[in-house]
Amino acid sequence: MDTTIKKDMGAVTRHNKIHPKKLVLWVSIVSLVMMFTALTSAYIVRRAAGNWLEFSIPTIFYVNTLVIAASSITLHAAYAAFKREAAGAYKGLLSLSFLLGSAFVVLQLLGWEEMAAQGLDIKINPSTSFVYALSGLHAAHVLGGIAAMAVALVIAFSQKLKRTPARQLRLELTLTYWHFVDILWIYLIIFLSLQR
Amino acid sequence: MATAIFTPTTREEGLIQELGYDDHFHEHHHGDKYQSNFVSHYIFSMDHKMIAKQFLITGMMWAIIGGLMSLVFRMQLGFPEESLAWLKPVLGKWISVNADGIGTLQEDFYYALVTMHGTILVFFVLTAGLSGTFSNMLIPLMIGARDMASPLLNMLSYWFFFLSGLVMFSSLFLSTGPFAGGWVAYPPLSALPEAMDGSKAGMTLWTISLVFFVVSQLLGGVNYITTVLNLRTKGMTMWRLPLPIWAFFVTAIIGLLSFPVLVSAFFLLMLDRGIGTSFYLSDIYIGGQALDHVGGSPILYQHLFWFLGHPEVYIIILPAMGIVSEVLSVNARKPIFGYKAMVFSILAIAFLSFIVWAHHMFMSGVNPFIANFFVIFTLIIAVPSAVKVFNWIATLYGGSIRFNPASLFAIGFVSMFISGGLTGIWLGNSTLDIQLHDTYFVVAHFHIVMGVAAFFGMYSGVYHWFPKMYGRFMNETLGKFHFWGTLIGAYCVFWPMHYLGMAGVPRRYFRFDTFETFMHFAELNKFITIAAIITFGFQILFVINFFYSIWKGRKLTTMNPYKANTLEWTTPIETGHGNWPGKLPTVQRWSYDYGKDGRDFITQVEPIGENESAEH
Repeated sequence: MDTTIKKDMGAVTRHNKIHPKKLVLWVSIVSLVMMFTALTSAYIVRRAAGNWLEFSIPTIFYVNTLVIAASSITLHAAYAAFKREAAGAYKGLLSLSFLLGSAFVVLQLLGWEEMAAQGLDIKINPSTSFVYALSGLHAAHVLGGIAAMAVALVIAFSQKLKRTPARQLRLELTLTYWHFVDILWIYLIIFLSLQR
Repeated sequence: MATAIFTPTTREEGLIQELGYDDHFHEHHHGDKYQSNFVSHYIFSMDHKMIAKQFLITGMMWAIIGGLMSLVFRMQLGFPEESLAWLKPVLGKWISVNADGIGTLQEDFYYALVTMHGTILVFFVLTAGLSGTFSNMLIPLMIGARDMASPLLNMLSYWFFFLSGLVMFSSLFLSTGPFAGGWVAYPPLSALPEAMDGSKAGMTLWTISLVFFVVSQLLGGVNYITTVLNLRTKGMTMWRLPLPIWAFFVTAIIGLLSFPVLVSAFFLLMLDRGIGTSFYLSDIYIGGQALDHVGGSPILYQHLFWFLGHPEVYIIILPAMGIVSEVLSVNARKPIFGYKAMVFSILAIAFLSFIVWAHHMFMSGVNPFIANFFVIFTLIIAVPSAVKVFNWIATLYGGSIRFNPASLFAIGFVSMFISGGLTGIWLGNSTLDIQLHDTYFVVAHFHIVMGVAAFFGMYSGVYHWFPKMYGRFMNETLGKFHFWGTLIGAYCVFWPMHYLGMAGVPRRYFRFDTFETFMHFAELNKFITIAAIITFGFQILFVINFFYSIWKGRKLTTMNPYKANTLEWTTPIETGHGNWPGKLPTVQRWSYDYGKDGRDFITQVEPIGENESAEH
């Protein structure tokens, strides 16, 4: 969207509590929640039907929960640094969040390898298929968040830190989305461990 | 500056100038960016009005393709012995011509046609063509916004739809043919490429196309919701919104909650097809060979599919209902009867639409006790639906009705909705459904209540808002011919199907003349086919009228030709980007003050007078 329209929208929506783009993100998050709800409901229904292979999910998945939770915290700290206009802290924390996020995806892949090494491949039974499908689809959404952080990194290292409304909005959107994929994984890991 | 040069020409423009809200929109030179260049104006447009026209015309093209497909399979059903060799130049190898020169339709392709007809009409025409057109056209104009919350996402929404259509269209030319397993794409047929030719590349393209389509719907829906919640002009409270906006808003919410579930269903289906998982597949034999898929459940897909599938019919019908409410009120010169009841019934229908999906699955082995739950909620939908029908009729009652094509189609909508709704009460009962399921009774029911009725709502909207879109009127006489031809034709096509269905004639069969039981319906099937061809002819009349009127129609000379109250008629005849040339209007009252205090109509920009009665 070009800047003039943005200004216009700002003028019209000044009295509104929430910025339209944030609302767009929240509404999109609702639809993503529906997508994962559908899959976990399908999981419950399918499991109740029998012929279900019980196995324990790889330990890496639990460790990884800490990794992504940590990245959420560091990104939040980066946001706080941005608001203080503390350039050094912002760059450091943003880079750390990016690295933790990337580490999460790599560790998920290792988790898959650990499963496959035990003979629990994606085809063996719907119970394993679901674990791959849920974690894979989640990882795809994490990649989207990593891409957003990558853009933020490029800007952080190429431009001087200035707390402009446009930059703050972009960072807030990234932060909200990242918290969402974090909470989504925590939900999925709790779901998967309680369901077996 | 545009604001300074602008001089009001009408009373409404004067009111906007005086009471309006200056958002300094015209102080920026973005007009050039949106309007001057051919590509940015007509192709990659970010203006909501142009995007609406793109949706409409693309939808019309798909309607013609989908309609022609239905004529081909109707000819097969009505005249199974006649030669279809004359279709060979178009259909090629799908028509096999024997030594005597008699051409017959390939059985596989018959199923492909039925499948494509369903997919195209449900998704491309009645979802994208209907709600895409009118949500885009009317939301900003009716709520007093310059454009959508995100014009960019709006543009992407159209182009994802276009891409989706392109992929679907290309699947028609595959050597193995397009997907042929029914628009619901139930596994195992859809999950196993080896099951039939249509499940090979055709199914892959079908799935890709629909994923693009869902992306388009979500981008659009997110935008509609945000725009309605965030960009209403000053004074436009939710309770002052015209009913179409309520309908589009709730439709977008339903879409946003249900389409992702369809994506989930497709995601698992793709894993089954591509990677060899067994979410939906178990114990299947093809050609005597057992497949190694074990442990899946095809019913799981049906649950996920119908969790979208049922809300989808309300995604189709709610926008039509909203359009009809507005058109009836304007043309009856009366406020809509029971405005709040209309809104609450939209909300009730939306809520109920999420807890009735298994009524599509009474024959799939759903536990009868669970079926009872779905029967009860299905039948409860009759309550808000009846409230709406009552209110439309009460709106017409005692009105000085203008019979123009728009209002005729709106009245026709009510007729169709009643006829089709009543058979819904039959089918909603699981005990009756066991007899009627998968017969022509179901075909008749959903075509009338959802297909034809939604088309009537769409036509009503096109005739009504055509002057706002193109600055000209459509030809009224042709419009009336179109209406009567379509009304009578549609009843001739679908009414007899009820009798076929009650006699147990199954749907989706290639021919009936070889069955002793159904042979005596041959004449009735001929009648239906002829009626379908004639009805289709009347739609061509509409298409001709539409394109002729864009360039040659009677010109619009006043801003508010229907003497309507809503904000879109306070914009100039040639509505530019930003919709209002000066300030944004502020809203002083609700949108249905017709015949109040002896005045024919009072537009929404007019303040409440000192001596004016407070109630509507």
